[in-house]
Amino acid sequence: MLWRDIVTFIIHVLSRHRFRTLVLWIAIAIGVVAVNLLTALGEGAKFFILEEFNVLGRNTLITLPGKKETSGGMPPLTGESPRPLTLKDANAVSRLSGVRAVAPIVVGQLEASHAGKIRELLTIGTSRDFFSIRQLGVSQGQILPVLDLNKGEAVCVIGNSSRKELFSNKPALGQWIRLGDTRFRVIGVLKQGGTSFGFDMDDVIIIPVSNAQSLFNVEGLFRLFVEVQAYHQLDTIKGNIVELLKERHEGEEDITVISQDAMLSSVQDILETLTIAVAGIASISMLVAGVLIMNMMMITVSQRVKEIGLLKALGATSSSVRLLFLCEAGFIATVASLSGLLLSHVIILLANLYFVEVQFHSPWWAQSGSILLAVFFAVIFAWLPAQRASMLSPVEALQGKQQKEIA
Amino acid sequence: MIELKHLEKRFQIGDQTVHALDDVSLRIEQGEYISVMGPSGSGKSTLMNILGLLDRANSGDYMLDGINAGKLNEAERTRLRSEKIGFVFQSYHLVPRLTARENIELPMMLSGIAGKARKQKVDDVLAKLDLLDRAHHSPNQLSGGQRQRVAIGRAIVMKPSILLADEPTGNLDSKSGEGVTQLLESLNAEGITLMVVTHDSTLGARANRQLNMLDGRIV
Ligand SMILES: Nc1ncnc2c1ncn2[C@@H]1O[C@H](COP(=O)(O)OP(=O)(O)OP(=O)(O)O)[C@@H](O)[C@H]1O
Ligand SMILES: [Mg+2]
Repeated sequence: MLWRDIVTFIIHVLSRHRFRTLVLWIAIAIGVVAVNLLTALGEGAKFFILEEFNVLGRNTLITLPGKKETSGGMPPLTGESPRPLTLKDANAVSRLSGVRAVAPIVVGQLEASHAGKIRELLTIGTSRDFFSIRQLGVSQGQILPVLDLNKGEAVCVIGNSSRKELFSNKPALGQWIRLGDTRFRVIGVLKQGGTSFGFDMDDVIIIPVSNAQSLFNVEGLFRLFVEVQAYHQLDTIKGNIVELLKERHEGEEDITVISQDAMLSSVQDILETLTIAVAGIASISMLVAGVLIMNMMMITVSQRVKEIGLLKALGATSSSVRLLFLCEAGFIATVASLSGLLLSHVIILLANLYFVEVQFHSPWWAQSGSILLAVFFAVIFAWLPAQRASMLSPVEALQGKQQKEIA
Repeated sequence: MIELKHLEKRFQIGDQTVHALDDVSLRIEQGEYISVMGPSGSGKSTLMNILGLLDRANSGDYMLDGINAGKLNEAERTRLRSEKIGFVFQSYHLVPRLTARENIELPMMLSGIAGKARKQKVDDVLAKLDLLDRAHHSPNQLSGGQRQRVAIGRAIVMKPSILLADEPTGNLDSKSGEGVTQLLESLNAEGITLMVVTHDSTLGARANRQLNMLDGRIV
């Protein structure tokens, strides 16, 4: 048989059995839509999260106390290390060639009060460079002044929500906030900015790092952000930092330096795995469609026994009968899955118009995979009915009988 | 030319063996007009099915135009069948979703003949059977006689050398039955071998040669 004739024949059959065609169509399309929408959701979440991590520039290295145990996976985010990373270490790092800026970080939760109002605020002790590294700007006043890292000054920059909660509508600049037993003068208010890298920057109070150290009574730093002058130096400087701190820590390599790229890629790995898992779950719906195809095909074969007998009597070989049924399944799966893909695109488009912050998109592997899988399942599940049809004996089939043993 | 030698066909029904064909030997020349008669269950259809390569005998030889049909595999038999044999069934067996034209085209489509070559041949057949104005009707829009004419058109479109008709007028009134019989006879006059199974003895008597069957034997 010619391919054109096969297609015409199949279209005749499918349009004759509209209900059956519709059910198969919907089942397959739903499978494809499920795979594409769920992966689009996963991808959307991935990009949303990666965007969050992206606030640090590519030129930034993050130094944290404690040695990362394995080469893969996430670094210890809350690692307690026996030997702390100190301000002296930070100073030494800032003197390395190629280092543009360093921002030591000490964080903690403290009660801040002003005129009888008390709020628990995330307190970040850091340096002026923190603002450039994190791309933070102020809407009022100024950022932290230039200071030696080990020198304190009783000034603070607060987030916008912190300002509202403590000062309502009154001016905040120049006012005093009590943190623990120390008073800090407000010299700046941060621009309203979202959450990033785990910290809600609207809800913070930023003070010089040495003040934070004495408030929290700690010597060790939580993090040390290092910005290099040029991206191509990143790896060299990373090595230099490790060397330097190893030397300063009596030859023991007890810190971890990671680049944003490395961090992104491990986060990306996790999210990728998540998306694939979700896609896998969605593929189960394809299996359901496959079983449906098998049942429907079985019913068609028994309904069309006479026709199969006739086709065989008129010159169709067993293999062309089998081919006809397999093509029928493959054809409807192709058409249905393509329309499912189209529908997914429409839904994703609408979702993207509606949720502007998150951009959903179905990756190419989910698109092509869902179609291939749909056609694959359809053909696999149609195999048994097609085989049964091809094995019918023409004489008995013409009489409307099913295959029996022939003596 | 057809030659059957000591053909046997048995069916097993439970623990009973039915001798549908019992030592049938027969020789048919090209262009003969043969009627097959006999009581129900005497093996007429079984004989037609084996002649038409739809079924195989348990033993004996079947030579069709010099080819030993018993030695062919399924695909080879299918090919030989579509080249040499046309079938006409009592209940027409038209595909209901296809038009008259498409039904006639079916055997050519199944054997992979290209669309262009098909069109001319179908047109010829439609003209010959006086069905041109019914070409685009579906079977349920046709009368019984017209349906059987379409079925005959489908049987001859591949220009077979043998036409096997198993009770072709069994479902028709006498007038349309007569039309169908005349059509078959005119095809035979053009040289096709015609073999007709019938219960109607006047119809059977019109053939040049009558075969009578009883219990799987030609008597
Ligand atoms: N597929 C089959 N399975 C079992 N027995 C069969 C089968 N086909 C035919 N037979 C038996 O073989 C014998 C001959 O049957 P056949 O159909 O050839 O008779 P027939 O002469 O065509 O009868 P009718 O005039 O009723 O059509 C019958 O006894 C029938 O029951
Ligand atoms: Mg019969």
